[in-house]
Amino acid sequence: MRARRIISRSPRLSENLKTTPLYAAHVAAGARMVPFAGYSMPVQYKDGVLKEHLWTRENAGLFDVSHMGQARLRGVSPLSAFEEVTPGDFIGLKPGKQRYSVLLNKQGGVIDDLMAARPDDDGLFVVVNGACKDNDFKVIDAELAGQVRIERLEDRALLALQGPKAAAVLADHAPEAATMVFMDARAMTAFGTDAIVSRTGYTGEDGYEISIPASEAERVWNALLADERVRPIGLGARDSLRLEAGLPLYGHDVDETVSPVEADLAFAVAKKRREARDFPGATRIAKELAEGPQRKRVGLIVLEGAPAREGAEIADEAGNVIGVVTSGGFSPSLGKPIAMGFAPPALAQVGVRLKVIVRGKAQTAEVVAMPFVPHRYVRKL
Amino acid sequence: MRFTKDHEWVVLEGDVATIGITAYAAEQLGDVVFVEVPEAGKTVKKGEGLAVVESVKAASDVYAPISGEVIEGNAGLSDTPETVNAEPESAGWFAKLKVADPAEFEGLMDRAAYEDFLSTL
Repeated sequence: MRARRIISRSPRLSENLKTTPLYAAHVAAGARMVPFAGYSMPVQYKDGVLKEHLWTRENAGLFDVSHMGQARLRGVSPLSAFEEVTPGDFIGLKPGKQRYSVLLNKQGGVIDDLMAARPDDDGLFVVVNGACKDNDFKVIDAELAGQVRIERLEDRALLALQGPKAAAVLADHAPEAATMVFMDARAMTAFGTDAIVSRTGYTGEDGYEISIPASEAERVWNALLADERVRPIGLGARDSLRLEAGLPLYGHDVDETVSPVEADLAFAVAKKRREARDFPGATRIAKELAEGPQRKRVGLIVLEGAPAREGAEIADEAGNVIGVVTSGGFSPSLGKPIAMGFAPPALAQVGVRLKVIVRGKAQTAEVVAMPFVPHRYVRKL
Repeated sequence: MRFTKDHEWVVLEGDVATIGITAYAAEQLGDVVFVEVPEAGKTVKKGEGLAVVESVKAASDVYAPISGEVIEGNAGLSDTPETVNAEPESAGWFAKLKVADPAEFEGLMDRAAYEDFLSTL
């Protein structure tokens, strides 16, 4: 047995991997560590991916996402400056709120997806993908130098607490968090330290992301794990959870060639910005909004056979290749393979039967609405 | 039972070899969610792909540790792939082969050699 994609390799020193402040805690908890985004990260703990996944859907899962990039954008008017590199309405972003957005290149392709928040009066707080962070901040700096200063928060850890019991668990440590709703973000004292808490996540569940000083990370991690409702969850289950939630993964479902419209992220292009057409790649994006894109990100349920993974071709019923799977795997919640990929709009309709080609075999798949598993965000208290 | 460095095991009874993956491999792979076993009649040479085993995250090839003609794939695994995790070195077998050259079997590691090999990983 040889793994095509290595999931079990122990990181070697020669790989020069970075570690998060929780590295020792992961190893002590029996995590299997793998290289990810330049870091040695836990892919799973002792329970394994399936159990970790289902635990998060039923209880509360704790994730170390400290490899992601955190920064403050400060300046005279960082909100309006940020609109020069994203299509979101950041001038209209109220204190205490967070937005999902994308960094765009001049062709309207996505450089990265990100979260930007106003947890306090101190400019914008942004969280970007770990593998993209150096380039993201370089791009922002190149475009907005003189308008914003980027202060990278390398001395902070980031935890995600996700699942239906997350709110009750966190309320014990941060009572203020219980009064937040989806996409709220607030600076507060939690666990006896300064924290930036947002009621967001990337699993489709209710939950929080919690930024804390790196020096407090292990203490906070252990305090949360002391709660019997909480278990540590690795990158393996993080990936299957976000896939079930229909959320794109940067570098797989979205990249610099893909526009937000093609990626089914048109909601990130704010109404007033659509009218103003004042963001990078606005010509292409406005055209796609008006006429429809050439290809569209779709969800597929594989009705027979093996999971269709990234790179598997998608064909129409006549066997013509029409697209490619960008992420796919086995859905623990549904008990069957699911996938995301790109298809022409005519074939991107719910109910359309397609084929996914896995190891030369054409297997029947059906286009379904995403998310595959309903989101359980708390939008109102 | 004999073993390969790719973590397959082989049991030879007469000229019929039963093939699976080791407990170590099953543990490394994690939760098995899909197994593709070969159909009877397929001939394989030693080192060629024999089956595919998939965990939640990844697909892995299982190579024929020995040459021969497939006489049976373990059809039960299509409904209960988790058998590979539960009983990797018995009920979780993948295929039975009518072997071409029993000498290939003799060239594989015995349990002690395999365990020595595991200790180097």
